[in-house]
Amino acid sequence: MEDSTPLKQKIEHQELGETGRPWEEMVTTSQDPEPRLSEASESEQGPVTGPQPRSSPPGIPQSGASTPVDDLVGPGVSSPPSPSQEPSSTPSPLALAVQDLMAPWQSDKTTSVISEAGTPHLDHLEQSSDKAESTPHQTCQSEGNTFHQSQQTKCHLYGPRDVSYNNSKRKELRFDIFQEEDSNSDYDLAQPESGASEVAPSMLEIAIQNAKAYLLKSSSKSGLNLYDHLSEMLTKVLDKRPENAVDIIENVSQDVKMEHFSKKLDTLQNENEMLPTYEIAEEQKALFLQGNLEGADQEMEDEIAEHSLPNVMESAFYFEQAGVGLGTDETYRIFLALKQLTDTHPIQKCRFWGKILGLEMNYIVAEVEFHEGEDEEEVEEEDVPEERDNGDSEADEDELPRSFYKAPQAIPKEESRTGANKYVYFVCNEPGRPWVKLPAVTPAQIVIARKIKKFFTGRLDTPIISYPPFPGNESNYLRAQIARISAGTHVSPLGFYHFGEEEEEEEETEGRRDSFEENPDFEGIQVIDLVESLSNWVHHVQHILPQGRCNWFNPIRKSEEEEEAEEEEEEEEEEREEPDYIELEVGPPLLTPISEDLEIQNTPPWTARLSSNLIPQYAIAVLRSNLWTGAYAFSNGK
Amino acid sequence: MDEESLLLSLELASGSGQGLSPDRRASLLTSLMLVKRDYRFDRVLFWGRILSLVADYYIAQGLSEDQLSPRKTLYSLNCMEWSLLPPATEEMEMQTSVVKGRFMGDPSHEYEHTELQKVQIKEETRLVSIIDQIDKAVAVIPRGALFKTPFGPIRVNRTFEGLSSSEAKKLSSYFHFREPVELKNKTLLEKADLDPSLDFMDSLEHDIPKGSWSIQMERGNTLVVLRSLLWPGLTFYHAPRTKNYGYIYVGTGEKNIDLPFML
Repeated sequence: MEDSTPLKQKIEHQELGETGRPWEEMVTTSQDPEPRLSEASESEQGPVTGPQPRSSPPGIPQSGASTPVDDLVGPGVSSPPSPSQEPSSTPSPLALAVQDLMAPWQSDKTTSVISEAGTPHLDHLEQSSDKAESTPHQTCQSEGNTFHQSQQTKCHLYGPRDVSYNNSKRKELRFDIFQEEDSNSDYDLAQPESGASEVAPSMLEIAIQNAKAYLLKSSSKSGLNLYDHLSEMLTKVLDKRPENAVDIIENVSQDVKMEHFSKKLDTLQNENEMLPTYEIAEEQKALFLQGNLEGADQEMEDEIAEHSLPNVMESAFYFEQAGVGLGTDETYRIFLALKQLTDTHPIQKCRFWGKILGLEMNYIVAEVEFHEGEDEEEVEEEDVPEERDNGDSEADEDELPRSFYKAPQAIPKEESRTGANKYVYFVCNEPGRPWVKLPAVTPAQIVIARKIKKFFTGRLDTPIISYPPFPGNESNYLRAQIARISAGTHVSPLGFYHFGEEEEEEEETEGRRDSFEENPDFEGIQVIDLVESLSNWVHHVQHILPQGRCNWFNPIRKSEEEEEAEEEEEEEEEEREEPDYIELEVGPPLLTPISEDLEIQNTPPWTARLSSNLIPQYAIAVLRSNLWTGAYAFSNGK
Repeated sequence: MDEESLLLSLELASGSGQGLSPDRRASLLTSLMLVKRDYRFDRVLFWGRILSLVADYYIAQGLSEDQLSPRKTLYSLNCMEWSLLPPATEEMEMQTSVVKGRFMGDPSHEYEHTELQKVQIKEETRLVSIIDQIDKAVAVIPRGALFKTPFGPIRVNRTFEGLSSSEAKKLSSYFHFREPVELKNKTLLEKADLDPSLDFMDSLEHDIPKGSWSIQMERGNTLVVLRSLLWPGLTFYHAPRTKNYGYIYVGTGEKNIDLPFML
C-alpha cells in the first residue's frame, strides 16, 4: 500500500524540476515509504508506473543509475536531499532515505508494493554502492538485498527500518521542511552535499514528469485517472488502517471507484421530490401576498365600494353547521382566490358555487356576473364560428347530391345574461392557480349531458367520449353540468325574491336579474317552517326545458327569421301555428316552490332538516337535494 | 378513522366536501370513548356516515387485538347512543341486492320486494350488508401499517412512519383492509418479491374495473387522497411521511353500477 500523497509530493518535486532537488522528490513522497518516481533515468520510468513503496534516494539516480527509483522513502527522503544533489552524496541520502523509508513502512505496507519498489530500488541501491557513506549504503544495500531476496516479505524491510529509526529525528525534521515544498531549505538542512548534479536531475525530472503524466491520463471509460485513484485509495487505507490491508486492497479500490458515482444520484432524487410541494406552496403564497401590493388607502376604498366579493367564510360557517364543508384553511384559500378573481376581472357579482371532484384534479367553481358590456366581446367571437359553420354546410349541399334530410336546425344558444347563460363560470384546479373561464353552454350540450354520465378528469381539454357523442370537451361538459345543477338546486326561501315586473321583456339588458329581484320586504321565515314544509322554498333559477334552453325557441322558423326569433319568443305561446311535431315546451315558471318537484323512484327530491337537534334555537335549516347529491342549501331564518 | 385522532382526520378528509358539523363532532369524541370502554375494544374507528332520507346513520367499528378479525359494527342516529349491529351473512347480502334506492332513515323500516313472493327486508339488515360490502370492497390501509406476527395475529405496526412521497402515489402501496382473496393466485415469481410480514393483504392495484380509484395529491403533495369510484363517498387520506391515515365513508350507501360507462 502506498500513499498516493507521497507519490504526489514526489512528483511535485519532480516538477519543480530543479536539478538540485532530487531529494525533494524523495522527501515529498511523505512519511510513508511510497513509490516515487525518483529522478532516475528515464529508462526506468516505465516500470515504475505503479506506486512503488520504495523511494530510492534520488541520489542513486543521480549517480547515474538508469532506473528511476520509484521508491518513496519518506523519511529517507529528508535525509538524502542534500546528498542527492551530488552523485557522491547519493549514497548517504540513499541510505538515509532507505532507513527513513523503513520506518514508516512498518506501519502499513504491503509486501507486494515493497517488492515492486524493491526491484528498482534494489537497482538503485546497488548503483549507489559507490556512495560515500558506506554504512548507510550498506544498509541500503542490505535493504536492497533484502528486498531483492524476499520481495514478498516485510520482515526484511523491517530490519532496515529499525536502523532508520536512528535517523528518525533528522528525518522528521526534514519531513517538516519538505512538506513545505521548499526544497531549497531542505537541501540546506540536509546534509551538506548540496551540489546537485545537474545532469541526472534533469533526466530524472523528465522521467518523473512522463510517469506522472501517464498516471494522470484519464480513462476513456470512466473518466478517472490512475493518479487520483491511487491517491484516494491510499488516503482511505491510511485513514482507516485496516488489518491485512494488503489482502483487501482490491476491495478498497472498488469501493473508491463506486463512491465516485453514488453522490450524483442522491442530489437528483431529492430535488425531484420536493418540487411539486413547493410549487403549490409558492402559488398560494402569492395569493396571500397579493393584497399587500396596492397602497393601503386605495385598497380600502376599492374594497368597500365593490360589494362583489361574497363573504365566503360566513357561508362556510353555516355550511359547516350542516356538516358540509371543505375545511377552514381550504375555504380561506378559496376566498383569497375569489378575491384575486374579482381584482383581475370587472365583476359585478361573484359567488363561490362549489367544488367538483375529478379523477386527477378537482375543480373549484365560481359563479360570476359581469358588469354590463363585458360580455359583448365574447358574443361577437362566438357568432363568427357559427356563421362559418352555416356557410360550410351550404357549400356541401351544393356539391354533393342533395339529400332531403335536413338536420334539425341547431338550436341557438341563449344570449349571455339570459336563461342558462345568465352567469359566467370560472374554474380553477386549486386556489392559487389561474382562473379559467368556461364557455357559454349551448342547448345541444345540455340535452346530451342529460343522457350521459361521465367522470371529470380534472383537465379541461379532455375529450368526452360517450354515446350519444357529446359536442365539446370537458370544459363544455362541465359547463353543462353546472347549468343543470344550478337550474335544479338553487333555491331560496319563499318571498326572498319576487318578480320585479310581470312581463319583463328580455331584450332589455339593463342589469336587472331576469325576472326577479330581491324583495326588500322579506321578513324571514321561521326555521322550523322551512324544515317542515318544502313549499317554503322556491327555485330562483330558471328551469331548463327539454330543449336545452330556458326560453322556448321554435326551431321551425326558417333561418331568415332567426333574427326575429327572440322577439317572437314571447308571442309563441299565443301562436299555434307550429307544425305538429314540435310541441311547445313549457317549464315551471320561475320561483316555483320545490314541493312541486317530481320524485325520482320514490325518493323525494329534497331532504330538509335542522342542523342540530340539541340546540334548536340557533339551528339553521338545511336542505339537501337527493337528486344531485352534494347540493345543499341553508337558511337561518333571516 | 381512528377515534384518537378524530379531529385531525376529519380535517384531512374534508377535501371531499362532506364532513361533520361541530355538534356531531363533539358528541362523537365523547361517545366513542365510552363505547371503547364498554365494549372493551382495542381500537374504535369512526367508519362514516350514511345519508338517508330522514336521518343519517353514523357508523363506528370496533377492533380487537387482531386487526383482521371480524369487526363489530355499531350505528347511531345521534352520535350518542350506539347500538350493535349483527354480523353480516351471505343471506343478508342476497336479500339486500334487490333493494334499491336510498336508505330511509328508520332502522325498523321494511322494504317490500315482490318477486316470487313478497319479501320484507328490514332496513337494519340492509344497513349491515351494505357496510359489510363497502368494507370488503374498498376499505384501505397503507402498506406497512399492519404487520403479521409469526403466530398469526395481525398487529398495528408502531414503527410505521408513513409512505414516502413516491410510494404514496402508487396504488400498489395500498391494501384492502380485509382477508386476502387474491393473494394465493399470484404467481410464485410475484410472491418471491413480497415480504410475508407486510404483504399479506390484497393490493389495490388489481382492482376491477381498472381505474376505479382516483388518487390525488392535495395541498401540494402533503396529502394523498384516494377516492373510490365504485362506492362514491369513500375517501381515504394519508399524509406521506407521517403516521396519519384513515378512511371515511360519507355517502348514500349505493354502489355505482354505472362505473364502467363513466370512465
